[in-house]
Amino acid sequence: MDFDVLIIGAGITGSAIARELAKTDLAIGVLEKESDICEGTTKANSGIAHAGYDAIPGTLKAKLNVQGSKMMKQLSLDLGFDYINNGSLVLCFDENGRAKIQEIYERGLKNGVEDLQILEKEEILKKEPNVSEQVVCALYAPTAGIVDPFTMNAAFAENAADNGVTFIFDEPATEIQRTSDGWLVNGKYSAKAIINAAGVYADQIHNLVSDEQMTIRPRRGQYFLLDKAAGNKTKMTLFQLPTIAGKGVLVAPTCHGNLIVGPTAEFVEDKEELNTTAQGLSEVRSKAVLTIPDLPFNQVITSFSGLRAVPEHEDFVIEESVPGFIDVAGVESPGLTSAPAIGVMVADMVRNLLNPEDRPDFNPYRKGFINVNDLTKEQWNQLIKEDPEYGKIICRCETVTAGQIRDTLRRSVPARTLDGVKRRVRAGMGRCQSGFCSPKTMEIIAEETGIPLDQVKKSGLNSTIITGNDKEKAEYDR
Amino acid sequence: MTDKKQLLIIGGGPAGLAAAIEAKKHGLNDILIIERDDRLGGILNQCIHNGFGLHTFKEELTGPEYAQRFIDQVQEANIPYELGSMVLDIDQNKNVTYVNPEKGLVTVAADSIILAMGCRERPRGALSIPGYRPAGIYSAGTAQKLVNIDGKMPGRDVVILGSGDIGLIMARRMVLEGANVHVVAELMPYSGGLKRNIVQCLDDYDIPLKLSHTVTDIKGKERVEAVTISQVDENRRPIPGTEMTYPCDTLLLSVGLIPENELSVLAGVEMNPTTNGPVVNESLETNVPGIFAAGNVLHVHDLVDFVSQEAGKAGEMAARYVLENIPESQNEIPVQTGGLVRYTVPTKIDPSRMEENTTVRFRVGNVLKGGYIDVIIDGERKIHRKKMIMAPGEMESIILKKEWLTPETKEIRIETREG
Repeated sequence: MDFDVLIIGAGITGSAIARELAKTDLAIGVLEKESDICEGTTKANSGIAHAGYDAIPGTLKAKLNVQGSKMMKQLSLDLGFDYINNGSLVLCFDENGRAKIQEIYERGLKNGVEDLQILEKEEILKKEPNVSEQVVCALYAPTAGIVDPFTMNAAFAENAADNGVTFIFDEPATEIQRTSDGWLVNGKYSAKAIINAAGVYADQIHNLVSDEQMTIRPRRGQYFLLDKAAGNKTKMTLFQLPTIAGKGVLVAPTCHGNLIVGPTAEFVEDKEELNTTAQGLSEVRSKAVLTIPDLPFNQVITSFSGLRAVPEHEDFVIEESVPGFIDVAGVESPGLTSAPAIGVMVADMVRNLLNPEDRPDFNPYRKGFINVNDLTKEQWNQLIKEDPEYGKIICRCETVTAGQIRDTLRRSVPARTLDGVKRRVRAGMGRCQSGFCSPKTMEIIAEETGIPLDQVKKSGLNSTIITGNDKEKAEYDR
Repeated sequence: MTDKKQLLIIGGGPAGLAAAIEAKKHGLNDILIIERDDRLGGILNQCIHNGFGLHTFKEELTGPEYAQRFIDQVQEANIPYELGSMVLDIDQNKNVTYVNPEKGLVTVAADSIILAMGCRERPRGALSIPGYRPAGIYSAGTAQKLVNIDGKMPGRDVVILGSGDIGLIMARRMVLEGANVHVVAELMPYSGGLKRNIVQCLDDYDIPLKLSHTVTDIKGKERVEAVTISQVDENRRPIPGTEMTYPCDTLLLSVGLIPENELSVLAGVEMNPTTNGPVVNESLETNVPGIFAAGNVLHVHDLVDFVSQEAGKAGEMAARYVLENIPESQNEIPVQTGGLVRYTVPTKIDPSRMEENTTVRFRVGNVLKGGYIDVIIDGERKIHRKKMIMAPGEMESIILKKEWLTPETKEIRIETREG
């Protein structure tokens, strides 16, 4: 298959770049080693649209974070993903931290973050009454937000595909050869330029083509997700001011009204080490109660881990490391927020490289997934009249209909797995954690995709749910 | 367009069916059962093992057979029901909104409502078991659905966490269908299930039950590859050095049932934090007049026979609520607990509204051998019953007599005593 540009990685970074490049007349391909988009760092992070006061002024992180943050609102409307501008607080629990709050405030100003304020205890407790009485002051960033990383990733990927980008799944890039006019990947995909957006694996991809070795270290973050009944503990995202004791954890609402608490920050060896540990979870618990003392941990519905792609030096690595090969590596936090701006930046680099024309017929809009909970009774009834499948509830906890699930399987970048459906329309995301809906969702996946029921997967290639039929001792090796 | 109904029953499982039948017997005609599945019977449909109905029918039936006896009565009595319909909302004025593919969203104004939504299983996430999150981890009920309804095996080498009845039943079922069940681990020092299930489902199949053990790690990135279990101390904390790792492809969880009361809360029904079910009086009526509750939505039962009995009572009381002018509760005597009694249903009794005999059900919080159940009314002991054994997995009950109570009665006390 011949492309002008081949992007390696269909996470938020790769997808945002793909969508931006879809505005040109270049032939774009996206190569993904997993069965779906959003399978690496993008699937397990805090889901925060950071305001941009954290990064050191002058770095790519600082610039792209603030740019990305400013793009988020409009993009969420154009592309139909979930984003809420809820504001954030960096909480300081010790008079000695006041200078540090001032420092972050000034750094934010330098980075171009708007409307920053330092709040005192009374103002904080007025805004967020559940915050600990120990709070002294806080940095308030009204421009901060929360975003649903799953639907955001799907939005960029689908809009890219709607505009002609080809997505190829289950295809890890293992071999990259130089050719007379570009590259050949895995002996079958040619491209004039390659963009390496491979997340925690970006070093491995880079090292296939460059003599200057790169190292990306996976840093694990463990989280709790709490029931919607606990979702009203805070409206804003609550960070803790880093102290000598450590970086602290955040407590934030999610776009869907749950509460997210975490993460830890632990370097791990294995790039797939996505397990949680008793120690890590207990660390999150004990740190989080400093922010909100009565966090109801009996309302935890799940815990999970994500890996950040940590580069050797502080900043994102976005550069043409080898002619025709652009690294977009080390995109750790605030990568999700920065992704739209990274897309623009990298697309400009490609434009300089390949001088494409703009496509006159680029469609910048994409219809988001329907959430029946957001519809009026009349709208929902109309939908059921058009397609009765929207009247069949499959996931009772999140109120998700068969129609919504079928929609995810018919999109330009369709879901193919249980996790793929869950991330797009939340079937199985609720308090029963898919106990009720998974057999029904599996049937719909089998029906829509033609995959036999026995072959429907949770997410990865070896993650089938069913191992055979009753009474049959199938050939089976441990 | 708003429909009207004298009685709306939410849930067409054993509770909803028994409630409908009794309500009809007591003269109520305008009844509607709303069921989210495509058939009546609820969770009994996937309980294909026998042992149901010993109390009610004096014979051993399978779950579907037991359900069918009630479904037949509902159909003979021409009680209407809607399948494939999910209730989305109950407001404080008893307007119930449900959705199905044929009618879309429908709102019904009900004179009375019986909550019969049953319960759901507690998932892994609620336990914060560390480890990976691969395929191969299922709640026992989900596995039961796959095996018994769909004929599909969710795994071949199985570890089970939790010795609740569904876990025990599924241990046996998985073996019968060709899987290896290596161990059942139970966090508590006693099983949460019925004694007979431990004997018939584990002992008879040489499946070890490890009490005071829990899962402390899950290995396998895509599909479960191994499960580690550890012994726990008296505070239920894993003891380092006791880890045992079982290579397997499946972990089934039977770690508790949670009454499904999201709708009850929307309706303004007051909840009991111990049962996670509504607070009810002697008529199984909640704090919202005309809203009744029965079955596992009220408190998790051990035997379906008791669900049917309780729900029949709720059906009768709903009929009387609609057809007679029963005065609102005035003088509600609280039912207090003592000893190992964790909760009672009901939690309050109005002597002027109660019948000659009122059944009070409860569970104990720990195993008690050779102890007594005492019922004490204003200091006077009315019942002193010896029990060979009481255990958290089994429901107990006593019968409260109207003649013991007067309008001046201050306290009803149900407690266990050591022997």
